[in-house]
Amino acid sequence: MVRFDGVSKTFPVGKQTVVAVENVSLTIEQGEIFAIIGYSGAGKSTLVRLINGLERVTSGTVTVDGIDVTALSESKLRPVRSGIGMIFQQFNLFRSRTVAGNVAYPLKVAGWPREKRAARVAELLEFVGLGERARSYPDQLSGGQKQRVGIARALATSPKLLLADESTSALDPETTQEVLRLLQKVNRELGVTVVVITHEMDVVRSIADRVAVLDRGRVVEQDTVFEVFSNPKTETARRFVGTVIRDRPTSGDLTRLRASHSGRLVTAQVREGGRVGAILAGAAELGVSFEIVYGGISALQDRSFGSLTLELQGPDAGIDALLVRLREHTDVEEVAA
Amino acid sequence: MFGIDWETIGPLYVRAFGQTLYMVSVAMLAGGLAGLVLGTLLYTTRRGGLLQNRLVYNVLNFVVNLIRPIPFILLLAFIGPVTLAVVGTQIGTEAVIFPLAIAASFAVSRIVEQNLVTIDPGVIEAARAMGASPLRIILTLLVPEALGPLILGYTFMFIAVVDASAVAGIIGGGGLGDLAIVYGYQRFNYPVTLLAVITIIVIVQLVQVLGNALARRALRR
Repeated sequence: MVRFDGVSKTFPVGKQTVVAVENVSLTIEQGEIFAIIGYSGAGKSTLVRLINGLERVTSGTVTVDGIDVTALSESKLRPVRSGIGMIFQQFNLFRSRTVAGNVAYPLKVAGWPREKRAARVAELLEFVGLGERARSYPDQLSGGQKQRVGIARALATSPKLLLADESTSALDPETTQEVLRLLQKVNRELGVTVVVITHEMDVVRSIADRVAVLDRGRVVEQDTVFEVFSNPKTETARRFVGTVIRDRPTSGDLTRLRASHSGRLVTAQVREGGRVGAILAGAAELGVSFEIVYGGISALQDRSFGSLTLELQGPDAGIDALLVRLREHTDVEEVAA
Repeated sequence: MFGIDWETIGPLYVRAFGQTLYMVSVAMLAGGLAGLVLGTLLYTTRRGGLLQNRLVYNVLNFVVNLIRPIPFILLLAFIGPVTLAVVGTQIGTEAVIFPLAIAASFAVSRIVEQNLVTIDPGVIEAARAMGASPLRIILTLLVPEALGPLILGYTFMFIAVVDASAVAGIIGGGGLGDLAIVYGYQRFNYPVTLLAVITIIVIVQLVQVLGNALARRALRR
């Protein structure tokens, strides 16, 4: 659906050049929810604007639904943009227009006749659950309602692709979930491919299928959400995962654990079908006793993952034998004393 | 009544009142429209604008800054030759309207520019993301989004134009200002001056009240 090939974007700032996006290549498949996560200033807002040409690439190509948007002039880009919805952190609704007027605007731009517009607006407002608020003005709505209007407006022309730029960052946790559920509905019921830009790993966990981790303009990691969460490969990804999954003890936790536990500490990864429990059940016959001192197991995309930190006590030979058995099934890390 | 010889002053007052309304409304209409176009151009051609164009912006900005500081009484004389060429005469009510409209349009252009600058750029980006052309955005979005402050700005300008129109007398333009100077001040007939001043105050008050009400409606507050 969207393909980045060696895309870079630089901005002149005074006499210097700032690199916002550097040599990014990635493919977003039709029908998926693809998340791009990064800290502020990582270049994610720029990256998403390269898709609909609000920002133009410095080098590389961006292909949307088979069309090379980087080769199009501003006026040739307009019909392409009409087929790509976009929602924003600050909603960016037209304050001078009613809810219905906001949703009708892209239809006017796309040249829909008046009588067809009204029916489409009503249908969209029904879809986002705001049928009653058609005549309200944006200032009269709550944040969550505003974003639902934003979504209705973005979907007006039945786009195949929806770009969500920090679409929940201005909302409270409850409203965030409400908007995320709506985005999921858009994806599942309408088959719209959704690109979610965020700095919140919770958003990625809630709805994304795949995720790209952006760090200073570069994609440092790109995989299924399950893979990135259960096995983050870069420091940036680990830090993001750590914001929502706290199954691994921090160095502070370890100091505290050390103070109260004299045995050997190991952290074992728990995965679907990992059999950690079954192996631990056999610890006693090796003369080893164990205590679970830290850890957590979460489910993601219908699969479990996590880790347990254990205190093992008994003869070293028995503990080593137990660790060998565990390592046959999962990754085990001995936490240094 | 009030020490005014109504038989003589009455008809003069009515005529002066009509002349002031005529000058101010035509100048506001023409100047307001030209100022809207000029202000929108200033806003859209500036850096980061929809029609970003350094040359056009710099030229417009320079011209606006050139005309605006000229006191109206001097502008009357300064653009006299242009007035003669455009209107066909340099004296009379019509000859005042032209410089009034010129002065109004340059002042309005700044008011329009300043109010458009306050529009959230995100709103314009949203329209661009829908595939709207710059022209469509200019025609259907900019003015509605800034309507409330624009109405207040135009109200302010209306009052400034009433003020400027008072000097019309010096080139035979007539109006309430002329009446106050010629029949009041110069003939030591203070009540006539007072009458003209009160009339102007009433006009200004009415317009301000109307402007405030319309702006409130546009802002829905």
